Amino acid sequence: MTEYILLRHRDLPGLDRLEVYRKHGGFEALRKTVTSMTPQQVIDLVKASGLRGRGGAGFPTGVKWSFLTPKVFPRYVVANADESEPGTFKDREILERNPFQFLEGVAICAYAAQATLAYVYCRGEFWDLAHDLEGKIGEMRTEGLLGKKLFGTDASLDIHVHLGAGAYICGEETALLESLEGKLGQPRLRPPFPAAEGLYGKPTVINNVETLANLPPILSRGAEWYRTIGTEKSPGPKVFCLSGHIVRPGNYELPLGATFRELIYTHGGGIPAGRRLKAIMPAGASSSILAASDAVLDTPMDYESVAALGSALGSASLILMDETVDMTWVVRKTTEFFTHESCGKCTPCREGTYWMLHLTERLTGADRQPADASLLGSVARGMQGKCLCALGEFSTMPVTTALERFPAEFSGGGEGAA
Amino acid sequence: MLADKYRTEIDAMLAKYPPGSERSAAMPLLFLAQKEYGHITPAALQEIADLIGVEPTQVGSLVGFYTLYHDQAEGKYRLQICTDLPCALRGAETFAEKVCENLGVKLGETTSDGMITVEAVMCLAGCDHAPMFQVQDADGIHYHEDQTVESALQVVEGLRRRATEGGA
Repeated sequence: MTEYILLRHRDLPGLDRLEVYRKHGGFEALRKTVTSMTPQQVIDLVKASGLRGRGGAGFPTGVKWSFLTPKVFPRYVVANADESEPGTFKDREILERNPFQFLEGVAICAYAAQATLAYVYCRGEFWDLAHDLEGKIGEMRTEGLLGKKLFGTDASLDIHVHLGAGAYICGEETALLESLEGKLGQPRLRPPFPAAEGLYGKPTVINNVETLANLPPILSRGAEWYRTIGTEKSPGPKVFCLSGHIVRPGNYELPLGATFRELIYTHGGGIPAGRRLKAIMPAGASSSILAASDAVLDTPMDYESVAALGSALGSASLILMDETVDMTWVVRKTTEFFTHESCGKCTPCREGTYWMLHLTERLTGADRQPADASLLGSVARGMQGKCLCALGEFSTMPVTTALERFPAEFSGGGEGAA
Repeated sequence: MLADKYRTEIDAMLAKYPPGSERSAAMPLLFLAQKEYGHITPAALQEIADLIGVEPTQVGSLVGFYTLYHDQAEGKYRLQICTDLPCALRGAETFAEKVCENLGVKLGETTSDGMITVEAVMCLAGCDHAPMFQVQDADGIHYHEDQTVESALQVVEGLRRRATEGGA
């Protein structure tokens, strides 16, 4: 990519300072939006851009906004900065290094949603980052970029940071709302969706940090320009996270539709120690695991193409594993994670993750039984389609796909049995 | 009492949420209580409940649900090492083991001087800088990334020094 659009701080040092951000055109997109467009025009433009949610679901952002119940106020905007998916650290870089582009995006979103109050829900571990962000929001207030009569219009907005306290489930949008209301972060039954009854029962838009950071460039340069990046169905730039067995772990901003091979080998430097790449989890711990092959490596990373491989792009957080990795260990690790993070509200997830953990522990231990693998698969399949939210479903993805795509590693057992 | 000592901070917390939504301040108030008392005491639950008009058990349930609230006094500093899959692929499990070995504790235990509790935690969004950990104390949370066993032990020494020099 010739220029950074989301990780713009890599081209422009000091972009986390308000005066530097403004010197490089910062908040001009917000000015243009507020002074020359109606909220409906903003929604139409974002729809036309084809921007899709970068938190994992890939749902069209403008369409999500258009679901807001008409004529019901107040409305709220909530930025989801609860980045907790294992393998994901893209929002953190945006928040730390390019925070004003994100905050300008929050303000544009709030204008489109006709909300006068927005919250940034930061995971509690982002303690230092969240306090910095509060300071930056304070600077915006001082400069008249927040508050009443924005740019001399009738529009007004304030933004507050709300700190979580360690719970992956709060990245799920209705659990996040519960948490913001001071309750346990447990997902709500839907419908009603947040666009109808969200925060404090009012129409609410919830967007991921990276999604919001896309808005200032879209508003200033237009939908047509945005569509020149990426693919027809998955337009725009994306921040891809590389972790695990990779020479240069980190964030890489590439157009959606770049291939796995380009990301892993050209940018990430390939697999350390000359080892062979064995497996890819494209969407963090929530992934269907892909067995690496030339066909997979040459696949474009957009929502449709990765789905066609039998996985999902999700938040585009690639965890890479070389030939030394034992897949039974991998599913034990992901299952430990989901069991710990299950909120306990619905039975299939609470009990299912517990039993999957029990079986993965036995599978990787001395008393492995011949039937363990098929039992594990049956528990996972038994959970699918029955959980209240995506967490339960996600917990089964690595399990069922590892069993299906790496069967040899799960066969055998019984050596330790009496 | 939190209400007397931190009136300004508490008013600012409550002002962030619309009137009638005081309960939203439960989580920031829990962090404040943890700063004041070191961990969440039963008396603190009552104080917070009174401030936001809910039952103490409703506040208490949050302490059980969210991992960054603690109802027990452990080490002054909690050294929380991420051992999740991406970090584990980069040696975090061995790293955690060696740090524990050097400090003479097992995961979940506290050093004999009461300073450091070592814990294994889930993903901290620092996978590209593994091995990594965060240090939680009453005042907040700070990240330490791209660590070796040696650098981690230096961090621990720094914390011990800070505790003795800082008095309390």
